[in-house]
Amino acid sequence: MNIRHHISDELLFDYANGVLEEGWSIAVATHLAMCPACRKRLAMMEAAGGLALEAIEVEPDAATAADFSWEAMRTRLGNAGPAAEVPVPKKKMSAGAGSVPEPLRSYIGGDVNAVKWKPLGLGAYHFPIKTSNQDISVRLLRIPAGKPVPEHTHGGRELTLVLKGSFSDISGRFGPGDFEETDETVDHQPIADPGEDCICLAVTDAPLRFKSRIVRMIQPLIGI
Amino acid sequence: MMLNFFDAVIRQRNRRVTCGMDTVASTFASREFRPQPSWPAEKNGVGSSKVRVRKLEKTVKEPDKEELSACLIAVGASKDIKSFEVLFRHFGPKIRAFMLKRGGNRQQAEELMQETMMMIWNKAALFDPARGSVSSWIFTVARNVRIDAFRKTNRPEFDPNDPAFVPDPEPAADHIFQADQEAERLRGAMVKLPPEQADLLRLSFYEEISHSAIAERMNLPLGTVKSRIRLAFSRLREILGDAA
Repeated sequence: MNIRHHISDELLFDYANGVLEEGWSIAVATHLAMCPACRKRLAMMEAAGGLALEAIEVEPDAATAADFSWEAMRTRLGNAGPAAEVPVPKKKMSAGAGSVPEPLRSYIGGDVNAVKWKPLGLGAYHFPIKTSNQDISVRLLRIPAGKPVPEHTHGGRELTLVLKGSFSDISGRFGPGDFEETDETVDHQPIADPGEDCICLAVTDAPLRFKSRIVRMIQPLIGI
Repeated sequence: MMLNFFDAVIRQRNRRVTCGMDTVASTFASREFRPQPSWPAEKNGVGSSKVRVRKLEKTVKEPDKEELSACLIAVGASKDIKSFEVLFRHFGPKIRAFMLKRGGNRQQAEELMQETMMMIWNKAALFDPARGSVSSWIFTVARNVRIDAFRKTNRPEFDPNDPAFVPDPEPAADHIFQADQEAERLRGAMVKLPPEQADLLRLSFYEEISHSAIAERMNLPLGTVKSRIRLAFSRLREILGDAA
């Protein structure tokens, strides 16, 4: 996989620090599954977190308090009985064609070939993914080869992770594994490259604002 | 494989290498990370008059990094309770303070600390010294305990055993102590960050807030916060010699 577009430091840092919401995290973690370079950057951020933890100065506990705390822990260990064996992870069955990595695969319940697409009109399809926060929209998009995603700006952040095929916009060409991060300042016009439908994961934190009045009128009806 | 790590770590432990634990204290606590009175850290004795706490503690022998690493491996390999106690007494108070900084009261902080230590006990076998330092691993455990406690959902994570996972180009297994050495270099690199970048990292880690929340809190344009984070990490990568 030849990935050219990566996760920004500020987004990856939020993920490393545990403050990124579930919807965004699905896109970030799925890119990480495909991208050793970003995993290396993540590891450094987590190491920095470890140093921050290690650097915390604490007043030495009064000996009795420390012992009290340790006794509570021991009791808990005792009550837990013999610790549950950590299952040694095994390589799972080899992935079939069209398979997407975890964590996304569990969210869509299988491979992209098995997705039950819903028509968006103009030949495009989508598949909404439920998360704990309704304000963040997470969906798969399927854009027909050579066709544009309607021109739009965003109410906020938009993350796009290409799973299959490719698209191009002012920032360049995005193929499988590539990650695009845009916000309300970017007015972009992604067009699926010819040859193959483009399937991507799109995460937005607000309904997309389409420029065309007609698309805006039907937007609530088609739910994008 | 695990046993080999174990032996090697024990050997290392017996060699008793002294390492600069106090460098990081200065990274986060002293001039480079300017103390600000509103932050809880400073109440705990990193202000100008109380630096002695650290020195006093140092005379009471603290376990060094190799020792902590060996302890975590021993817990993973054989559920060694003595090793676990060393980890508990070293990291417990730090984790409790970390939880407290990130929000909640003392009792919650104690509970989250106990929960984190329980996870460490249960999952120690998954710690791989070739992949990261002990403190880095414990940070991720503590972070995930908070996510489990305060959100109803799991943290979406990649799974290295997933067949669609794209593995690292070269296996890291033959560099057992590389991770520790890298942590050491990172520590040195962080000291060299300009204060406004270091402050930002510290605020993020200790107060558990996103970069956009920091922008609001510090009344800075979002773009400024983003570029400081980018500058900080690209500088760290540069110093560490792995520019992106």
